[in-house]
Amino acid sequence: MGMAAAESQQYHVLAVDDSIIDRKLIERLLKTSSYQVTTVDSGSKALEFLGLQENDETKPITPCVSPKIHQDMEVNLVITDYCMPGMTGYDLLKKIKESSSLRNIPVVIMSSENVPSRITRCLEEGADEFFLKPVRKSDLNRLEPHIKRTKLKDQKQETLQKVENIEQQQILQPESETIIEQQHQQSLQQGNNNKRKTIEQGLSPDRTRPRYNSGIATVV
Amino acid sequence: MEVGQMQRQWVVYTKSLFTEGFLDGQFLQLQQLQDENNPDFVVEVVSLFFEDSERLLDDLTFALDQKGCVDFKKVDAHVHQLKGSSSSIGAQRVKNCCVAFRNFCEEQNTEACLRCLQQVKQEYCLAKNKLETLFRLEQQIMAAGGSIPMIELSF
Repeated sequence: MGMAAAESQQYHVLAVDDSIIDRKLIERLLKTSSYQVTTVDSGSKALEFLGLQENDETKPITPCVSPKIHQDMEVNLVITDYCMPGMTGYDLLKKIKESSSLRNIPVVIMSSENVPSRITRCLEEGADEFFLKPVRKSDLNRLEPHIKRTKLKDQKQETLQKVENIEQQQILQPESETIIEQQHQQSLQQGNNNKRKTIEQGLSPDRTRPRYNSGIATVV
Repeated sequence: MEVGQMQRQWVVYTKSLFTEGFLDGQFLQLQQLQDENNPDFVVEVVSLFFEDSERLLDDLTFALDQKGCVDFKKVDAHVHQLKGSSSSIGAQRVKNCCVAFRNFCEEQNTEACLRCLQQVKQEYCLAKNKLETLFRLEQQIMAAGGSIPMIELSF
């Protein structure tokens, strides 16, 4: 189940939810899975924390919980509520995926409503997972592969960037752009495959989640 | 009362909250997130739920009191929030009330919404009383040097 504590401890998750109850919940859930967690209560605060400055929003950043964590600490995954006043989770997802510096961060959307069109829209926009609320401990097992895959992709991209730099110095730029484009397409396709799996695995109508009424508890 | 007796009482009471539908499995998830580093996690989260719900119920009362010009979008947004927070702590009967409530918001049926509001208020008060009783029992057990029995699920 999940990762060894020592391994996931190096991963930092940014959790975004306007409900303080749900922030507490997701924070505890992630911490019991040994992630480092920062929580914020809005999409714009999340973007500020990620270092993406918006022209119209210049308020200072105040993470609601875990203020000790330094701001430029790398974020390995963003998990966000869908329905929030102002910037929705979907808007936040789009901003992250539009940003060249942030687009590799895996994004997980949480929603209390099982609306298929909403789920599809989020996955098409690049979300890695869609969790139905309330999120349970067993859901968190699905985070690990995304973080690991991204770590690998980051390393690849670093090498690619080095190659690109050399090419830029030497030859024509368009060629290197095609390479990146191809790589991007490939990763998009891979992403899509994963997504389809996600829908099948995670959102069967009856959900495979254990429910309390499946036989009243043994109380010791 | 001796500790063992209080613990048995706690078990019976907790079970009744589930069988009578006040709580669902999400409350157990909450309990599982409580550990020696966070001994008051459940009480903390449930207290936040009380604060949040009372604010939302006030807002709802106000929003539905606007004679002739009820903003149903606003009403629905409040009910949506209450549904979310009640489902996050496992207050099942409050949550179920909210589901029905939202349908009437969509129909823009003021009468039915007002009835739902009364029901939600009633269910909320019941849930609050039950949870407070549960926490009081736990405090008594702890004060007597006992520990809270573990509830194990047969998954």
